[in-house]
Amino acid sequence: MSDYNFAYLDEQTKRMIRRAILKGVAVPGYQVPFASREMPMPYGWGTGGVQVSAACLTPEDTLKVIDQGADDTTNAVSIRKFFEKTAEVATTEHTGEATVIQTRHRIPEEPLTEDQILVYQVPIPEPLRFLEPRETETRKMHALEEYGLMHVKLYEDISRHGEIATSYAYPVKVEGRYVMDPSPIPKFDNPKLEMAAIQLFGAGREQRIYAIPPYTQVVSLDFEDYPFVASKANHACALCGAGDTYLDEVIVDDEGGRMYVCSDTDYCSGRQDKGHRGEMAAPYMEVAE
Amino acid sequence: MYVAVKGGERAIDNAHSWLAEERRGDTDIAELSIAQIREQLSIAVNRVMAEGSLYDPDLAALAIKQARGDMIEAIFLIRAYRTTLPRIGHSKPVDTGAMACDRRISATFKDAPGGQVLGPTFDYTHRLLDFKLAAEGELPETPKDAPLKGDMPRITEFLNRDGLIQSEDRGDETPPDMTRQPMEYPANRALRLQALTRGDEGFVLAMAYSTQRGYAKNHPFVGELRIGTVGVEMDIPELGFSVEIGELTLSECETVNQFTGSKTEPPQFTRGYGLVFGQSERKAISMALVDRALRWEELGEDNKGAPAQDEEFVLSHADNIQASGFLEHIKLPHYVDFQSELELVRKIRAEAMGAHREAAE
Repeated sequence: MSDYNFAYLDEQTKRMIRRAILKGVAVPGYQVPFASREMPMPYGWGTGGVQVSAACLTPEDTLKVIDQGADDTTNAVSIRKFFEKTAEVATTEHTGEATVIQTRHRIPEEPLTEDQILVYQVPIPEPLRFLEPRETETRKMHALEEYGLMHVKLYEDISRHGEIATSYAYPVKVEGRYVMDPSPIPKFDNPKLEMAAIQLFGAGREQRIYAIPPYTQVVSLDFEDYPFVASKANHACALCGAGDTYLDEVIVDDEGGRMYVCSDTDYCSGRQDKGHRGEMAAPYMEVAE
Repeated sequence: MYVAVKGGERAIDNAHSWLAEERRGDTDIAELSIAQIREQLSIAVNRVMAEGSLYDPDLAALAIKQARGDMIEAIFLIRAYRTTLPRIGHSKPVDTGAMACDRRISATFKDAPGGQVLGPTFDYTHRLLDFKLAAEGELPETPKDAPLKGDMPRITEFLNRDGLIQSEDRGDETPPDMTRQPMEYPANRALRLQALTRGDEGFVLAMAYSTQRGYAKNHPFVGELRIGTVGVEMDIPELGFSVEIGELTLSECETVNQFTGSKTEPPQFTRGYGLVFGQSERKAISMALVDRALRWEELGEDNKGAPAQDEEFVLSHADNIQASGFLEHIKLPHYVDFQSELELVRKIRAEAMGAHREAAE
């Protein structure tokens, strides 16, 4: 696609995005406004993540794109194809081989390294949005570190349900300062937010970029007597037998029969290649039909 | 044994070829040309140009064809194309006072210098299906006259002369560009007008209508509505003077609104303003009403808590490309989030039902 610049966006736009990223890295968890562009995919489908990835990619990079942890979900396929076409970068499904990983709703199971960038697609970047719809108000609340409303919400959850009734997009506090929405990852992934890789968050429609630099302190909000718990389905993966990964529930028959499999497809197949077997997987070495 | 679902890539490719086939429809029927769409569906073309923020009738017609007549999809195609275009410079402000008008009406005065010109309007047509059109009827003879050239004085200027209408001060500040800077609130009027002119016609219409029904009522009269062509001039630094680089068709509406006065202003009329690409008068009038409603603070009026007075509400939700993208993204897989919700609901239910049993025992 010679009609378009490398990775679609023109260099001026990439420069503007990089400046926003740098500001985000300098002020961890702070939402930096940026002049989001209209991309050739719809708002809400990863335009923020795509713009951040486009600004980060170099021709030598290897890109991995996942949605719900899987490389072959339709929107992950579509975004990967977009960069194959417009940037002609190498792509991979293997977490360890990727230098840039764009994700929607999951953090890969395999720990990331200092040489990797994890780019999140973010629908609503403002953790306070559902408590206060006005941007003019929420910006003030962040500026004044006025997070009482959020603690009241969590407290009300406990008084009503006996626990904090937020299971994904669970709010965190970054480096003791900004309350941040980690995007709709399951709260199981929250502890992984403290990692060696740099994490960049792009919200296209809402025109915000924010970041967590490597080894930054990220604390999931909780109370001393109701500590945060990273929960998952109480099963092992039916394919690879892993007991410590985030699982998807799949309905397998008309009777409501279920099985649980790793949401991270690369991690799961990697384990199976090493001979790990779950209760519903084909025996090791046998060729699957 | 279970094999996970694969094949997203092939499914996408197949869906795209099916879509292409559906777009063409029955191949025994002649294919639409871009020129046919541009000439015969011009109001649709105008809407795509206005909300796509790109004045190019041929590209808009192509987008409508490609989108199978889905207007929001067509607008989206134009917007996505528009972002890839380099910005060469900017024009001088267009002078709508020098518009070559096809249509110019005022509802506030029976007659005015320049006269009332109906132009090509649906206004007084009876909405009866014309079956002659289905039979490809001949075009009736149309009496012709040259377009009204030269200065057509603005109706509101007559009121301005007597100080009966609030005057709009000329400002030297460069207006912000919402396509190059992130939206920030509070927005100034130039930014609000930009957002409204590219806003969804249905949304802006509904907002305007709500003010007429009493949600921040502001008693509008169409002071003037004019549609026609204006020249676009650009300063060429190498030449040291400005050159006309093209022509636009625009719809402009100025409303005259009652105003009872406030602590700082004497009673006088106030204005709302609408300006839209192409013949898009419904949009231009709607825009003027919403513009006026959003000016409550500057005019020292009360905030009645009406939706149309709420700048953040109106401007954040006017864009149909943002709205439709986010709305439709819920079609994407969400099974990871849903899974965590499932577990939470199961857990809370188990606890609640356990407590229930204990109470019963």
